[in-house]
Amino acid sequence: MTITEKILARASYKPKVVPGDVVFTRIDKVMMHDVSGPGVIKVFNEWEKKGKRFERIWDPDRVWVTEDHFVPAADIVSSQNIIALSNWTKRYGIKRHYKYGLGQYGICHTLSHEEALVLPGEVYVGGDSHTNTTGALGAFSAGLGHTDIAYVLMNGKIWFKVPETMMFNLMGTKPDYIMAKDIILKIIGDVGTDGANYKTMQFSGETIKQLGMDERLTLTNMTTEAGAKNGIIEPDIITDAYLRKRTNTPYFPVIGDPDARFSEVYTYEIDKLEPTVAKPFSPGNVSAVRELQGTEIDKAYIGSCTGAKLQDLRLAAKLLKGKKVKIRTEVLPAAQSIYIEAIREGIVNTFLDAGAVVGPPTCGACCGAHMGVLGKSEICVSTTNRNFPGRMGHVESQTYLASPIVVAASALTGKITDPRDLVN
Amino acid sequence: MMTVMRGIVHKYKRANIDTDVIIPGPYLKIHDHKELAKHAMEGLDPQFPFKVAQGDFLVTGSNFGCGSSREHAPIALSHAGIKAILSPSFARIFYRNAVDGGYLLPIEVEEATVDKISDKDEVEIDIKQNKINNLTRNESYTMKPFPELIAKIVEAGGLMNYKV
Repeated sequence: MTITEKILARASYKPKVVPGDVVFTRIDKVMMHDVSGPGVIKVFNEWEKKGKRFERIWDPDRVWVTEDHFVPAADIVSSQNIIALSNWTKRYGIKRHYKYGLGQYGICHTLSHEEALVLPGEVYVGGDSHTNTTGALGAFSAGLGHTDIAYVLMNGKIWFKVPETMMFNLMGTKPDYIMAKDIILKIIGDVGTDGANYKTMQFSGETIKQLGMDERLTLTNMTTEAGAKNGIIEPDIITDAYLRKRTNTPYFPVIGDPDARFSEVYTYEIDKLEPTVAKPFSPGNVSAVRELQGTEIDKAYIGSCTGAKLQDLRLAAKLLKGKKVKIRTEVLPAAQSIYIEAIREGIVNTFLDAGAVVGPPTCGACCGAHMGVLGKSEICVSTTNRNFPGRMGHVESQTYLASPIVVAASALTGKITDPRDLVN
Repeated sequence: MMTVMRGIVHKYKRANIDTDVIIPGPYLKIHDHKELAKHAMEGLDPQFPFKVAQGDFLVTGSNFGCGSSREHAPIALSHAGIKAILSPSFARIFYRNAVDGGYLLPIEVEEATVDKISDKDEVEIDIKQNKINNLTRNESYTMKPFPELIAKIVEAGGLMNYKV
């Protein structure tokens, strides 16, 4: 069995599962945020109206709640949602509610790894499509809607069809100025935005062994954009070192069997990879940066669970150091802890000195909700994960998805720019 | 859940109609289902909520509902009136949200079937027989049967009503 099959078998109390089996799986961890949370509460309320009474939820210690999409409260409706969420977590004794303005908070997926809320071998579900991110820790990690999350909160389990696994072997040493974002964009361009529908995308190979956790998380984060049920990387020494800095909780890692079967096996020679972008209006509309060299843009955005982890900010800042941006540039770190560390390392000063605006952690700008919404015909180069029509604002705005290094390079010139051309 | 449904088709041929188009990000803070329905498909066709009557169907290209996990997407479509969507394929979270929430039926059909059905055709969907009858054109097509568990959840009217 693959790692995904083994985790799902263990959580379904079965000795073996094969792709296509439908299992009701025990859940180890569950997450909801200020968009899925109010939906969950509505499901509970509707059942209470029908006379059902929920004195408690399945296990408040396995639940965590974030405020990330519309925070700091974007308007009155957002504020009411956050108040309702706070009342609900208090009522059910959920201790892990990460509130903005009250210490650590940030984007749900970022907190999942920053706070080591999910551990290798676990089954984790979240009320957000990019829950796939956390699979980089070696967990089965999948996104669900709010009815399914409500069901998990009542019953501690949910159904899954055991997915087939597509294996991506990443070979060779990652060249300078290439990031995991370039790798995953290239892969999505090849397999298509429905190329991994209902399947697992697993990453392995010598490149993975050299990638730090922040980079691995970019790969699994964007498996969602290929339609994957989950993305996963087998836990190793890098995973363990990352987690040991954050938690003492023991965990029980799972790795795949040597005779595991994959539906497809792809091999990528990463040392030959070029800086890559996804053009509007699809993450699969991929092109080498060089082919778009000179495309004029209006705004550069460094933010989101995909592109505002500490390593993302570090590498973007390295390029911007001592220089001035030529277009509007916005930086929103993905979590408070990352923001603090970025200040400590001088990264935030680098951004500010370059002329960028640096703001609080939020999903806001990535999903066109608030805090940097694009206007009609505005063109943005962004470290985020999605560029469908209207994703970051007006339906006629355009987003190019790129790595933090490419976004930083483009911020300096006002055009889509290959970072290698700036330094040579 | 009725096993035979009859309604008018609204056809959007495009593949990869994503959740940002079905219900744009700024509306995610809204949880009133009727209010969400007013913005269904706003990113593609702002007139959509005015064109649709209760019990109508959507016929569309592959990978419908890709993108975010927002349950707002099937909710907005369902409350606008759409009770079934015919497509060659669906994105996974949209599919399970539609079924588990009991909002509407995601029905997989062949590409050729999508081509044969036109906008405004009157269609009858029979989920017991796995048949689609095009009353306007006097044609019949097959639908891919629901997998066993999905059929049971559909019959129960959503996951919450389903007894494991």
